Amino acid sequence: MSNGVASLSSKTVPAVSISNLRKSFGPLEVLKGVSLKANEGDVISILGASGSGKSTMLRCINMLEVPDGGDVTIGGETIKLKQSRKGMLPADQRQVDRIRSRVAMVFQSFNLWSHMTILENVIEAPVHVQKRPKAECIAEAEELLAKVGIADKRNQYPSHLSGGQQQRAAIARALAMRPDVMLFDEPTSALDPELVGEVLRVMRSLAEEGRTMLVVTHEMGFARDVSNRVVFLHKGVVEEEGPPAEVFGAPKSERFKQFISSHR
Amino acid sequence: MDFAFMQEAFLRLITGIPLTLNLAFTSIAFGAIFAMLLALMRMSNIKLIDWPAQAYVFVFRGTPLLVQIFLIYYGLGQFRPTLQEWGLWGFFREPYWCAVLALTMNTAAYGSEIIRGGLQSVPHNQVEAARACGMSGFLLFRRIVFPIAVRQALPAYGSEIILMVKATSLASVITMMEVTGLAAKMISQTFRAIEVFVVAGAIYLILNFIITRIIMAIEWWLSPHLRRPPAIKTRLEAVHV
Repeated sequence: MSNGVASLSSKTVPAVSISNLRKSFGPLEVLKGVSLKANEGDVISILGASGSGKSTMLRCINMLEVPDGGDVTIGGETIKLKQSRKGMLPADQRQVDRIRSRVAMVFQSFNLWSHMTILENVIEAPVHVQKRPKAECIAEAEELLAKVGIADKRNQYPSHLSGGQQQRAAIARALAMRPDVMLFDEPTSALDPELVGEVLRVMRSLAEEGRTMLVVTHEMGFARDVSNRVVFLHKGVVEEEGPPAEVFGAPKSERFKQFISSHR
Repeated sequence: MDFAFMQEAFLRLITGIPLTLNLAFTSIAFGAIFAMLLALMRMSNIKLIDWPAQAYVFVFRGTPLLVQIFLIYYGLGQFRPTLQEWGLWGFFREPYWCAVLALTMNTAAYGSEIIRGGLQSVPHNQVEAARACGMSGFLLFRRIVFPIAVRQALPAYGSEIILMVKATSLASVITMMEVTGLAAKMISQTFRAIEVFVVAGAIYLILNFIITRIIMAIEWWLSPHLRRPPAIKTRLEAVHV
């Protein structure tokens, strides 16, 4: 019975909730009040043309961009912000660091640490941020590298790997933190076409495990087949939102219709 | 050329090597710490902290090291009563410490610019990845920013170290008997400038040859990511097919 209670309570607290998010870069208003909820196990694809604000929205979730207004709540904990002369800033860096260690991010250009081997990249945050025992982290890292299919590259450096391998290493690095939520910022956009598949396969397997994922992507196939919800952003507002079958089958917004037809 | 005399000069001058290296490495060590501080001051984006560091670098890079040595050793001697009052006379009375101080201040100015360049060249996306993992402050600096910056700065810092080894020769003007000091003394006794200075030059050349090798070894050790990965066996076998 306790299981039932746990799942009930986790249903009532969304994994990620953002409300009325606003963000401007100088005179350019990128987000004009965006709200989004992700429950545990949700895989949400965030679509939109370039400049629609989708990456900015994702980066606001872990405070890589600090929103000008609105709230970001992760697992029921709202990130505290304060007004400063240069705009909004996190009020408590330790809170941000703590939340970031539970919200892993995978970047478009992998962003692996060039001076560390693949294994060192994967164990870095678990050992030094989460302070877990090194031996345990290494064992887990090796499992994760095997899972993403690059166990043999553990002692090589990022520059020795192909883009697809680097991105899979970056996914292993994200998984090593045992995150509650995973953010993917256009994870396949910097890859050669023939390398996209291997990364998408890994992401699909993560979705099947029931991980909570927010994915900014241009991969319509992934959005349609893997995610359970699609959000379409246009000029800083959510223009269309719903299960993929619904939004792809019968799009309500004219913009989204155009977007789908241009990405076929 | 009197080779027997040159040999004698060589044996005499190498007794100055310990002091030459002592001056060089003491001031490089203190200078590196000071340089790091100056670089961080310059990158603080706070005018009140950045500006003094900028002024310091301007003054110490813009004036000759020899003038700085004279100012510290002879110049501060004029303020002996004040320095005695402050309990600093014991320090400034010693030519060794005056030389170390001048060399340290000088290399700190150059070093800070090298370190600043290294820190600025750290790719933003790698810092961002570290932040996204929950790193900030000193942990981020120690684990990500500094190791990458050091790798960028090392070649330039290596030539700064060589410049410093050569700069120690200026300490001979304030009575330090390092390699150049001993050479000058020997010339005043024998009046054979060419032999003695050729030997002195050769000693600096040997020292710097060894130092460059050590720096190259450190560079090699720190940059496996810039070399080709170890060759894959199957590829080697394929050659024989």
